[in-house]
Amino acid sequence: MIELEDAGVVVTAADPGAPGRTLTRTILEPTTLRLTERRIAVIGANGSGKSTLARLVNGLRTPTSGRVRTLGMDVAREGPAVRSRVGFVFTDPDAQLVMPTAGEDVALSLRRTVPDASERAARVREVLARFGLADHVEAPVHSLSGGQKQLLALAGVLATEPEILVADEPTTLLDLHWRRVVDELLADLDAQVLLVTHDLAAAERADRVLVVDRGAVVFDGAPRAAVARYVEAMARL
Amino acid sequence: MSTAGLGLFQPGSTPLHRLGPGTKLAALAVLGLVLLARPGWEIALGVLAAVLAVAALARLRWRTSVRALVPVLVMLAALAAFQVWQRGWEVAVQVSASLLALVLAGTVLTATTPADRLVDLLVRGARPLARIGLRPEVLALAVALMLRTIPALGEVVAQSRDAARARGLERSPRAVLVPSAVRTVARAHTVGEALAARGLAD
Repeated sequence: MIELEDAGVVVTAADPGAPGRTLTRTILEPTTLRLTERRIAVIGANGSGKSTLARLVNGLRTPTSGRVRTLGMDVAREGPAVRSRVGFVFTDPDAQLVMPTAGEDVALSLRRTVPDASERAARVREVLARFGLADHVEAPVHSLSGGQKQLLALAGVLATEPEILVADEPTTLLDLHWRRVVDELLADLDAQVLLVTHDLAAAERADRVLVVDRGAVVFDGAPRAAVARYVEAMARL
Repeated sequence: MSTAGLGLFQPGSTPLHRLGPGTKLAALAVLGLVLLARPGWEIALGVLAAVLAVAALARLRWRTSVRALVPVLVMLAALAAFQVWQRGWEVAVQVSASLLALVLAGTVLTATTPADRLVDLLVRGARPLARIGLRPEVLALAVALMLRTIPALGEVVAQSRDAARARGLERSPRAVLVPSAVRTVARAHTVGEALAARGLAD
């Protein structure tokens, strides 16, 4: 379960036009939410605050007001513990693939939970086979296609069997084929999934949809109504 | 020019692949000490020849490795020219051959050792540093990141070069270097975030 209690994010920066003065900008208005559904989608325009909301869930961003509790843990005080149970997938897989080859990257995720090297190697092969990457264990990451990289990023995150997965626009850079592959993968997961997306068809398949606009959750409810509300708001721009 | 192949693991079953990573790393350290302790162009050329023989034994993919080494060779050629001018040909040969031997030896190490095993070794080796607050896993991760970053930086530069060419700016170094630098810094920020998300920096 994910709980936001008046959680807001405000940033302060130096005012470039007035030395010595600072500007504050509200990225996310104080928000209260209790997210228990298995599939939650977050939609909204670019710069609306969707990604900030997503990053609050695993403590990559901590609230400047209020509190966020994920799986009963305060993300500001227990960030590492939260992140050990919450997986996060980014839009650009290149940013999160840190080892030279596919197998080594998945092995990196398993270092804490599977200390024995040969057992870890077997588990890596098993994980990559599950994601259709069995033939790419020793492939250099830079030689993989965009879709394969995103699958690998997902494999690395899901290898640790997180209880919640936050996916920040995981299919934005993918073609239709790979988008379908990733969507099906996410749909089959046992973990609770919070999906930030511009793909309205994917949003409609969620159990609950949040529409974020200018730092505020302006709609929270059934997918079809949420998407209709979002489309209407975009048409007015 | 692409450094994408440099340092990448090349699967195989040669004696070098079967040798433990600790032994290979120790040999690399000894090589460095020999070149420092016994300076001279004959020693440097001898060491380079020995490293080339070891690389042949490891069955390095020569085409990939040479292509990846081109930027290093270009740099060494410039360095050698400077040394010839400043200090004579013997010093030029000694410095260039020594550096090339060390780069090649490092390439043999990473080409015959999976990064995962290298990380294990570095974690074990860095354990004493935990007493002064340095986490062995973090140090090992930094080394692994370096191996991954080399080809990634190559891709960033290649993309910036293509973008400059598409805009007719292929003769402008600034049109390649500035976006490459900006994107590299941005990438460092997102990689840091991704590491934190995977719990690897905690």
